[in-house]
Amino acid sequence: MGLTAQSVKIDAMKDVFDIVKTDSQHVIALAGNPNTGKSTVFNYLTGLKQHTGNWPGKTVVSARGEYSYNDEEYIVVDLPGSYSLFTSSKDEEVSRDFICYGDYEAIVVVADATCLERNLNLVFQISEITNKVILCINLIDEAKKKNIAIDKEGLERELNVPVVLTAARSGIGMDELKNLIEKITFNSEKRKPAIITYDDYIKSEINDILPHLEDLNISNIRWTALRLIDSNTDIFSINKEGHLTVSQAKKIKEELNINTDTIKLREMIAEHNYNYANELKQKYVTEDTKKIKRDKKIDDIITSKVLGLPIMLLLLGLVFWITIQGANIPSQMLARLLFGIQDKLSSLFVQWEVPMILHNILLDGIYRTLAWVVSVMLPPMAIFFPLFTFLEDLGYLPRIAFNLDHMFKKACAHGKQCLTMCMGFGCNAAGVIGCRIIDSPRERVIAILTNNFVPCNGRFPTIIVISSAFFAVYSNAYVNSLIPALFITLMVLFGIIVTLLVSYILSKTLLKGVPSTFTLELPPYRVPKIGRLLYTSIIDRTIFVLSRAVIIAAPAGAITWIFANIYVGDLSILSHVANFLDPIAKTIGLDGIILMAFIMGIPANEIVLPVLLMAYLSTGTLTDFESVDHLRTILINNGWTPLTALNVMLFSLLHWPCSTALWTIKKETGSIKWTLLSFFIPTAIAFAVCFITASLYRLIL
Amino acid sequence: MKALTDAHVGEVVKVRKNTAQDSLKERLLALGLTNGADIEILRKGPKNNLTVYNIRGAMIALRGEEARLIEIY
Repeated sequence: MGLTAQSVKIDAMKDVFDIVKTDSQHVIALAGNPNTGKSTVFNYLTGLKQHTGNWPGKTVVSARGEYSYNDEEYIVVDLPGSYSLFTSSKDEEVSRDFICYGDYEAIVVVADATCLERNLNLVFQISEITNKVILCINLIDEAKKKNIAIDKEGLERELNVPVVLTAARSGIGMDELKNLIEKITFNSEKRKPAIITYDDYIKSEINDILPHLEDLNISNIRWTALRLIDSNTDIFSINKEGHLTVSQAKKIKEELNINTDTIKLREMIAEHNYNYANELKQKYVTEDTKKIKRDKKIDDIITSKVLGLPIMLLLLGLVFWITIQGANIPSQMLARLLFGIQDKLSSLFVQWEVPMILHNILLDGIYRTLAWVVSVMLPPMAIFFPLFTFLEDLGYLPRIAFNLDHMFKKACAHGKQCLTMCMGFGCNAAGVIGCRIIDSPRERVIAILTNNFVPCNGRFPTIIVISSAFFAVYSNAYVNSLIPALFITLMVLFGIIVTLLVSYILSKTLLKGVPSTFTLELPPYRVPKIGRLLYTSIIDRTIFVLSRAVIIAAPAGAITWIFANIYVGDLSILSHVANFLDPIAKTIGLDGIILMAFIMGIPANEIVLPVLLMAYLSTGTLTDFESVDHLRTILINNGWTPLTALNVMLFSLLHWPCSTALWTIKKETGSIKWTLLSFFIPTAIAFAVCFITASLYRLIL
Repeated sequence: MKALTDAHVGEVVKVRKNTAQDSLKERLLALGLTNGADIEILRKGPKNNLTVYNIRGAMIALRGEEARLIEIY
């Protein structure tokens, strides 16, 4: 969810407004309602792998990519989705400013063919600003499935903008789109989009203003006049050549004594737009109501009052069960292969007379940690990610938000916090950026501070592996993986409960307030394209997460090995550190080495388990990993009890965010205070919860 | 005065007046909740609060707090 190489890259957090380009490049903007497939169009055009998903609000920062067509270079800017140019959430402002003031040579408005009426509103708004509009009616394949027919020529005639019907997922209509972009860019197709005609009242208001704007060298005086009567002057706050400035706007408003009820006028204008959109829909779109009922029927079950929550838990459990069941054997095979290679390398090193110290650091330190990372982490990830992506692409996430809304409301949190929480399952840093979809600053901070309580990609494998090593106790293989699956589901559930509790406590103390308003769109279900799904989840997520883990695990492995083998007095450095941490760790049911592994995991949680195993194995007799059963033996030999396993999972679920997440929190909140709190709140909770379970365990046994 | 929250599942109602204020109003307008718009009530969620509406062809869920601000005929 939301996690890709792109979204975690530092660049992605910069909101591109001024596009850096060479003179020969042409800037193309992609705008549209949320969830109309803009990112898919973007990916198709640029060949980039911007993360896609079936839920509104997925793209909160603009992405840019390039392509060339007929020897011309184009830069495409994928803007966050917005319903209108006049709403006020952070992500939508990015779009608004770019659409109103950006230097683009063509703007493609991507609309959802299955929901054209609503999408046309934005088309009208953009047509008022610029002549360089292309209407790209996307998801035409979905429309066909629902027997929705669109009269393209009719719309083109009426709107007087070029229209293209596309299904970007399968490339339908994309050549035509490129062609239209070229035509608009080079002015070989000059059109003046039809604009909304307003009623006499609005017309006369505008006409009073127009003469006063004529001498100011403003590029679009009608649009400026409209905004003078229906907006506050903030909309002019971007100072740019050819546009009104705030002070000019204030002056004109004062001189002409414009004190219209802006919101009233906005309402009138919206009414005009929507009436016209409805008229166009009646004229040019035919739909078959029977087919549209399909989603309704599915939703009757998925979001039903009685079955909604149980189905959600069942699905979650099923995903984990499949993951555990499927990961076991590939994990063993990988381990055998990789540790087999280690033996071969080892004899080669001996043959080449590589110095022993180097031999040990390279093989026992670095190589072995990497082998752990790959064999333990890769199989569960390669199964888990596609399954989760499937649910995401299907459109299930907003339904989860729907089912859980009453709980978030009770916690005085924003309804959309559930969506940002789901994003956290992929990567907490991405989840934190995703919090931009929440307007109210109070609720945004709550969502940011609690995002860490859902396990991210880096922590899932740890939890999955430990629960399958420790809590699978029956001989029957299927029952065997049921119990760990149940455990993980309970873990996630516990994480959600902590999220809600902490949100509630924050709303009553540091961040007092009542939940603000929210609207949630439930997108139509879309059957994911399996090839595309495997590609994004394996290449984009699995490989990305794995490579991040590998990069950090290599030095961590070397350091662990060195620490384990350099002696100060009669103990290795590792033992000293472990002994130092042991007393604190013991009170919360862990041991010094586990706590050390968690501390070393600050740069990336993925390495906690490998470092832990390294530390255990490099001190004692050398045992190699053969299977999950074997892992269990290693852990038990190092004094693990079911309590240790449980507390490692709980600690992993609740503890401090990784350094990337912390850095992102600092960036998004701009506050040291909130960043520190986002570190200390989870840490305190992790210690407290593990202390309680440890005390209970000791009390009972 | 009837509010959107008073309508029953399955009904199609017409908006009489949108009494929301400020940014909520703008958001609702952006979604197409303008005077005269037809709205179908699709489903009530947990605690009968969050309700799904068909607004201009899209499925939009609103809490009772927001839906109460929409007057209908």
